[in-house]
Amino acid sequence: MALELNDQNFDQEIKKFEGVALVDFWASWCMPCKMQGPIIDQLAEELKDKSNIKIAKLNVEENQLKSQEFEIMSIPALKIFKNGKVVEDMVGMQSKTVLLEKINKQL
Amino acid sequence: MTDNKYDLVVVGGGPAGLTAAIYAARRALKTLIVSMDIGGQMALANSIENYPGYDEIDGPTLGQKMLAQAEKSGAELVLGEVVGVEKKDNNFVLQLADGKQLETKTVIMAFGLTPRNLEVPGEKKLAGRGVAYCATCDGPLYKGKTVVVVGGGNSAMDAAEYLSKIVAKVYLLVRQPKLKGEDVLIQRVSKDPKVELMLEAVTKEIKGSSKVESLVYESKNEIKEIKVDGVFVEIGHIAKTDWVKDLLDLTELREIKINADCETNVPGIFAAGDISQIAYKQVVISAGEGAKAALQAYKYLQKGQASGPDWSK
Repeated sequence: MALELNDQNFDQEIKKFEGVALVDFWASWCMPCKMQGPIIDQLAEELKDKSNIKIAKLNVEENQLKSQEFEIMSIPALKIFKNGKVVEDMVGMQSKTVLLEKINKQL
Repeated sequence: MTDNKYDLVVVGGGPAGLTAAIYAARRALKTLIVSMDIGGQMALANSIENYPGYDEIDGPTLGQKMLAQAEKSGAELVLGEVVGVEKKDNNFVLQLADGKQLETKTVIMAFGLTPRNLEVPGEKKLAGRGVAYCATCDGPLYKGKTVVVVGGGNSAMDAAEYLSKIVAKVYLLVRQPKLKGEDVLIQRVSKDPKVELMLEAVTKEIKGSSKVESLVYESKNEIKEIKVDGVFVEIGHIAKTDWVKDLLDLTELREIKINADCETNVPGIFAAGDISQIAYKQVVISAGEGAKAALQAYKYLQKGQASGPDWSK
């Protein structure tokens, strides 16, 4: 399962993380997010042994501070962070292959 | 480079494509689904109340169930976009957006319809940054803000009504002199105090540096600009069939022409669901059409085995 982020732990888990992190910004009302979710969890499972990679998700409904900070206006939104900085920005459902490629590119 | 050889490749993962895959895989055809998503337009529906066997089910769940059934039957799924198709001897070669190629004996085109774009400056740049195509997905992110819905049909009115419960103000920008659709919706939207109806208004540009800031439109030969945080585009759907048009016959609406058995003009290529010219765009009908296309593809392969070409390779 992907790491559950919230307004409180986001900075610690993502911004201070030395490595590559993928964050899926989602909400329960969003139908495409429901299709993205299982792909993110699969990815988390496959990459769970890599200490330099983090796969996480943030519920924008419950965590408005962070969704405002990152100006989330369309979901699912996926962002890749490297050493705490956004290096990739995606909107709309993404396949596992595409996400893996983009993560690997940052390693 | 050809990666693989299939009996059937189904292009699209909505109800037509997934049902086709279930039928084909159950007849032991080596079947691959290539789709950009799971469930297609069905997956955007919060609630489906007319699919037999379910009083009510949401689109993504029904999509996942259909996919699980297809995979259990032996079909495989690849998330991706098909951008080209060519004939190669008795087979077909499909070109994927990521550069890969697939070889297959038959193809079922079931990739549905795509939301129509406004095709105005700023739209592409600001897509996902205030320009949205799914009110139920992105609407709640605009709490207390000002948005504009572009379109004058049922889906635009639905979106306006839905958004008015969340945002501070909704402009409904209609190209025509009046709204077109269900009377009930027209009345509700016209009476909604948060919805400002703007008729005979044509969108010209969406402005904003990093996110949407305003929308420029023309009304009665005057150019006007309104400040908005979001632009919801609800102007219907189109058949994106450019990549098949050299091979397949299309209708005036650019949908794929089929006969009663889902056959296109090219033997070995079938079409099913919303991308074909069938009149009713409904989940249950698309599912049925997908089943027909798969059975016809099976029949085509059986025939091939009996006569001429050797299908065993």
